[in-house]
Amino acid sequence: MPDETKSPSPPTPQGDSQPSAEQPAVPGGVKATPSGSVQGDVKTPSEKAAAPPSKPAAAPAKAPVPTPTPWDSPMIAKLKRMYGSGLEPLTYAGQNYMIVDSSMIPEILQVLRNEEQFDYCVDITAVHYPKREKQFDIVWVLYSFPRNERIRVKTQIADGAKLASSVPIWATANWLEREVFDMFGIQFEGHPDLKRILLPDGWKGHPLRKDYGILQQDNEWVQINLGIESGQ
Amino acid sequence: MTDRNTLSHLDLETPEKPFLDANELVINMGPQHPATHGVLRVILRLDGEKVLGLECVIGYLHRGVEKIGENRTYTMFNPYVDRMDYVAAVSNGLGYCEAVEKLLHVEAPPRAQHVRVILTELNRIASHQLWLGTHALDIGAITPLFYTFRDREEILKIFEKYCGARLTTHAFRIGGLQYETYNGFEREVTNFLDFFRPKIDEYEELLTTNRIWVERTKGVGKISAEDCIALGVTGPVLRASGVKWDLRKAQPYANYKDFDFEIPIGQNGDTYDRYLVRMVEMRQSVRIIEQALAALPEGPIMAKVPKVMKPAPGEVYHSIEAPKGELGYFIVSDGSTQPYRVRVRPPSFVNLQALDLMCRGQLVADVIAVIGTLDIVLGEVDR
Repeated sequence: MPDETKSPSPPTPQGDSQPSAEQPAVPGGVKATPSGSVQGDVKTPSEKAAAPPSKPAAAPAKAPVPTPTPWDSPMIAKLKRMYGSGLEPLTYAGQNYMIVDSSMIPEILQVLRNEEQFDYCVDITAVHYPKREKQFDIVWVLYSFPRNERIRVKTQIADGAKLASSVPIWATANWLEREVFDMFGIQFEGHPDLKRILLPDGWKGHPLRKDYGILQQDNEWVQINLGIESGQ
Repeated sequence: MTDRNTLSHLDLETPEKPFLDANELVINMGPQHPATHGVLRVILRLDGEKVLGLECVIGYLHRGVEKIGENRTYTMFNPYVDRMDYVAAVSNGLGYCEAVEKLLHVEAPPRAQHVRVILTELNRIASHQLWLGTHALDIGAITPLFYTFRDREEILKIFEKYCGARLTTHAFRIGGLQYETYNGFEREVTNFLDFFRPKIDEYEELLTTNRIWVERTKGVGKISAEDCIALGVTGPVLRASGVKWDLRKAQPYANYKDFDFEIPIGQNGDTYDRYLVRMVEMRQSVRIIEQALAALPEGPIMAKVPKVMKPAPGEVYHSIEAPKGELGYFIVSDGSTQPYRVRVRPPSFVNLQALDLMCRGQLVADVIAVIGTLDIVLGEVDR
């Protein structure tokens, strides 16, 4: 990650000025075609020529569509040996994450905490994909103080499926899981006190689900408790 | 309604119950209470004056910032983040802009990075000043509030001159800065630093050896390093417990790795140590700003970013060291102009979870001190 910070600025001026100085000579000799298409043709090779030299420094710098690439490390090799194909380690924009089968989540989180020293659970959150069969992505952002390393663990679960709570692993998961429950309606089994945290207790619906419109609200709650027709 | 002429229904229902159960008392504090720094409601379980435990009830300021983010373009959402931690709006903006830049695979030019650091550190000082003034006021020292607000005004004037706003600044843009620094910016910031350096000594003279201050803060609201880490507590609270960890050093963002500064740490993890840590942090911020001003490069202030931003599908988590702790943004892009999901990892929300542990066994009056020392902003807790 640190080497990513400096690189993009120095290569670009070079990459822009040098090839563009050379390039006009080449299509100029070829001539004919209207200017618009020439420019389009010129741009792509020049960018492609500029990209490879800068590649070792800046990983996905100018690739047309950056995609996640596999992530490998001694830790991953060890986890792969233990869990095999249920684990897909990837890296994107210099950040490492692994997609894990939901049945293995409690065990893997425990292993990451106890054996791999990920002692700080930064965040737990969810993303809703209503068109998918397994509608929810649950994401744990983990950090290790001894290793100074940050990773994400991601899993997919279906609507109504339950996940084991990670409060016994990290105490901070208490409020974070309550917020995920409040906003997405995901149940964490074994949570000491799973109830709404930001919205009032009697609220209906889970606002961060995609089918909950931005103007939608629990009108009944607003009418009863605030004594007004609508909060909008 | 019961008939007023008959006996009270309470008496009829519980005739056997003793007049007062002296062992345990449940008391509600807030949400409308000046010492809660916003609208925090705390339900205290007391044994006499001693706190047995407490529960925070939050959400009174919930505005659905994350839902709003999903329904705005990347650019349109930028001003909203200032409304979370509104005393450190510049830091919020920095975290968000850098997260989207990561998603776009662009980087702000060096000059923009320097100006960002200068403004963010000024904002850290302003945030700590506001914390110090109100925290001391809660404990009973009125003077620091006047001193800190007088000096904070100078920072707000610089912000206002730079971008037209004092609190919700919207100072940065995705890809760099919208505004070049105004004429005399460097001179004014330098003047402020010269003005401010002796002022920190002035604050310390009022408090550091003040007997009442020491008695009210030493040993109050203790939390160990292990508990901090288990509870995800970050920022000055974690450092005061002896963990030398600051994201500006651990995983440098912007161009913090170019600057020389120290991370102050405490030993006891009590309210007094947290006070000392923040005082040193203000001095260190002054050092960082000095270096950034001295090395302020010329050049463009905006990277090449498209007018209509459509980051490639993917997700990033980016976090910065906000004045209150680790402030993270988890953004998921589906390739459209609006983020598919924006998650804010607010330091105040996570730190507030430690309140229960820190207050157990303390006196009621100390709860006020501990809420102040946690330095929470309810706009960020509730989002």
